[in-house]
Amino acid sequence: MSTSALKDWPLWEVFVRIKQGLEHKHCGSLHASDAPHALQMARDVYTRRQEGVSIWVVPSRSITASAPEDKDVMFEPAADKIYRHPTFYEIPDEVGHM
Amino acid sequence: MASYQDYLLHLADNALILGQRNAEWCGHGPILEEDLALANNSLDLIGQARLLYQHVANVRRDGKSSEDLLAFFRDVPDFRNYTLLELPHRTAILPTASGDRDYAVTMARNFLYSALMVQVWGALAASTDAQLAAIASKSLKEVQYHLRHAHDWVLRMGDGTPESQRRMQAAVDYLMPFTQEFWTPSAMETAAVATGAGVDVAAFKAEWDAMVSDTLQSATLKPPANSGFVTSGKHGVHSEHLGFVLAEMQSLARAHPEAVW
Repeated sequence: MSTSALKDWPLWEVFVRIKQGLEHKHCGSLHASDAPHALQMARDVYTRRQEGVSIWVVPSRSITASAPEDKDVMFEPAADKIYRHPTFYEIPDEVGHM
Repeated sequence: MASYQDYLLHLADNALILGQRNAEWCGHGPILEEDLALANNSLDLIGQARLLYQHVANVRRDGKSSEDLLAFFRDVPDFRNYTLLELPHRTAILPTASGDRDYAVTMARNFLYSALMVQVWGALAASTDAQLAAIASKSLKEVQYHLRHAHDWVLRMGDGTPESQRRMQAAVDYLMPFTQEFWTPSAMETAAVATGAGVDVAAFKAEWDAMVSDTLQSATLKPPANSGFVTSGKHGVHSEHLGFVLAEMQSLARAHPEAVW
């Protein structure tokens, strides 16, 4: 399969909503020339087995991501602060699942 | 003698042969996404053909007919598809290696056929044959997507680079003459229209012409002059290409009749 088109076409991130009421979830990325094109391709690639009822496509360059090398600085300080999880409360049975 | 079965076979064979042609891109698509899109298209079309062949088998009630027999054990003169749909994916007489296929031809053909079938399936949804009406309602949604997909590529390639424009123009020049077959009614169509089960395709010509000429204009393409040439695939008189399509499609089923998996 030729990949020459991939050099010229920008990358898009694809988000699919599995069913009404659930959030859109990131499911992959693809190369496409513009937004309608990306949407059409996402339909063919990511929803052909009834995976979704709605699709978002977002230009990958619009996403500002944290750098992998910042992982320790950004996220490790949270690791030993388990008290930030509200797991120390007695939940009355009537409340049910939270 | 024109029969209603022939009319159903015409609709079924159209779907099967174009489905088989689209499937030839499987594993050879220009990019992965289009490879999948064409396989999706193809499976939609083959699914339409299956429902229609099952319907024919039920109408026959001879206890022998089945969708497999109709698809795999009929020969070229028995097939009633438009000649347009059996043509290879190339605009000139060239070696038939997969690398010689031109995606512009595939997209132009899907566009020209889908632009017709959104009308045909839309009208057949009101057929007096309830089973055909149900098949039409299901097929309409599928073909609406096929039309959107192919229309998009006709625009992108036509109004694209000089090379893509040249190829799409060549595809349009090559394929447009074969669409004349749509508008010349056959006995089986006329008979089906008379009973209310079928639809008069010629009635869709004005709308089809408008859609095609709008699209070609937006895509900076020109329609070729009408040569007066009319193909006859739906009468069972085909181009030399259908035999090769059937040979590939039917050989497995004929080598292992009644095989199941």
